[in-house]
Amino acid sequence: MTAATPHAAGAEAARSPSRPPAPSGHRPRRTLPRALARLLPLSPAVVLLLLFLAGPIAYCAYIAFTDLQLTGQAHSSFVGLANFRKAFRDEEFLNAVWLTLVFTVVSSLLGQNTIGLALAALMQRASKPVRTLTGGIVVTAWVLPEVVAGFLLYAFFRREGTLDAILNLLHLPSQNWLFTLPILAVSFANVWRGTAFSMLVYSAALGEIPKEITEAAEVDGAGGWRRMWHITLPMIRRSIGTNLMLNTLQTLSVFGLIWVMTRGGPGNRSQTLPLFMYEQAFQNSMIGYGTAVALLLLLVGSLFSLVYLRLLRTEV
Amino acid sequence: MALTLVSRRRSRRLAADAGLLVVAAAFALPLAWVLLSSVDPHADLRVKAPDGVTWSNFDAILTSDITFTPLLNSLVLCGGATLLTVVCAALAAYPLSRFRSRLNRPFLLTILFATSLPITAIMVPVYALFVQVNLIDTMQGTILFFAASQLPFAIWLMKNFMDGVPKELEEAAWTDGASSMQSLVRIVLPLMGPGVAVVTVFSFVVMWGNFFVPFMLLLTPDQMPASVSINEFFGNRGMVAYGQLAAFSVVYSTPVILLYVLIARRLGGGFALGGAVKG
Repeated sequence: MTAATPHAAGAEAARSPSRPPAPSGHRPRRTLPRALARLLPLSPAVVLLLLFLAGPIAYCAYIAFTDLQLTGQAHSSFVGLANFRKAFRDEEFLNAVWLTLVFTVVSSLLGQNTIGLALAALMQRASKPVRTLTGGIVVTAWVLPEVVAGFLLYAFFRREGTLDAILNLLHLPSQNWLFTLPILAVSFANVWRGTAFSMLVYSAALGEIPKEITEAAEVDGAGGWRRMWHITLPMIRRSIGTNLMLNTLQTLSVFGLIWVMTRGGPGNRSQTLPLFMYEQAFQNSMIGYGTAVALLLLLVGSLFSLVYLRLLRTEV
Repeated sequence: MALTLVSRRRSRRLAADAGLLVVAAAFALPLAWVLLSSVDPHADLRVKAPDGVTWSNFDAILTSDITFTPLLNSLVLCGGATLLTVVCAALAAYPLSRFRSRLNRPFLLTILFATSLPITAIMVPVYALFVQVNLIDTMQGTILFFAASQLPFAIWLMKNFMDGVPKELEEAAWTDGASSMQSLVRIVLPLMGPGVAVVTVFSFVVMWGNFFVPFMLLLTPDQMPASVSINEFFGNRGMVAYGQLAAFSVVYSTPVILLYVLIARRLGGGFALGGAVKG
């Protein structure tokens, strides 16, 4: 990021005519104390962010290389890369990485993103009452507290739950989905909870496409799918990019939803990285090891975050 | 030609309506469960018409132990943290929005970067850190962390809303000798009332629903907010009373849904997320 910034700043000045650089000599030169006084209102926020956000991140980077434990240990010692070496040999860690990948691809990439786009596209054509009703229901699922959403979907997927009741009606075999397919159940739960965000993003993006363009294509005889593929999707590709990044970042940090539904189980069959990290740090008392996992998660998150920034860069 | 286009549009509208209704029904099922079960004397795990309507589930949970104390804790925690967030964000947004400085751009990029970091990942180190500085299991410590975790997004939103207030109005005040603090409080903030409301409500709603932060940083049961105490329905009370769990979920969720409706109405369906995503 630091490397990209100066280029970006130069490029921005050239690109955006709406914000020309201030003409020099137009304003009296600021003195240093005055400039500092102007930045003074930033200080409460900066202090909070440094102490409670940057501090923990730095601390995270430090204890990931120690053998800090939860109980009965006066001093922790520096162990180098041992925690990381251990992680990559640990079956359970690799299992958690795999499950996190499945969870992210199914719930964010395939689920929230695609359903959100489909809903937004349908909403453009639907009648107003249906649009309002659907929007209201989907957004309610999103606004509900995470733990409540977890309970609702726990009830939905469990044996004797709503899903099984529907399957019974259709004479299909029922089962305890939280036991047979736990990672899919929590992925669907995350789709239920998170689709509204994509829907709102895509509704805004589709609303900005000038009507003339799609109408012209329609008169020219382009069918619905072709219009979607050749006109709509290319025009909203930036929204798709930012939405994918934000969805993925949100999905990487889901804890409460899975915790409530399965506690990561049965066994560790729905134990994604945040739950694995929690278990190592607290149930197994290995804070150092848990933090090493956290640091890896943070690095992956930062990577996505940087991609997201690059996508937005022209607009900052 | 024109006619076929119109009729094609009408059939397309019907198809879109039908598609949306199917999705809406699927999304509504879990919501129907919680509403129906909360008034059902014999609630279980599936959506069904209740065996008669009863308020006994609500009567059973509306005690200070089960509901009022956790909700009060949530209110203190989220209210305090929201207040801190909004004040700090408004102060920070002002110089970022009003004064040109070489620091603005790197600062904003860092803020934007921080908005999307997975906070979940730093909770283990935050716990370890809080143990060392004796902030673990304290309301004030949790409030401070909550505020810090919400600040990047709040600053970003607030700055964007503030950019929408024309500078000319303030310049008049400056020539009359008002300080920048005076013009922020007397001129800018009143003009961006809806923006401040969005930042406030959004921060509050996010914290109200957050489970992991209080789950990690608070230990004493008396201090737990509703997001954590709701798990008691499973663990310590033996048989799960689904009706009561549903009733509690309704009571706990209603405030944030009402708050959301409040700002969604004021700002139209699009909400500020468009602004957040587009920058």
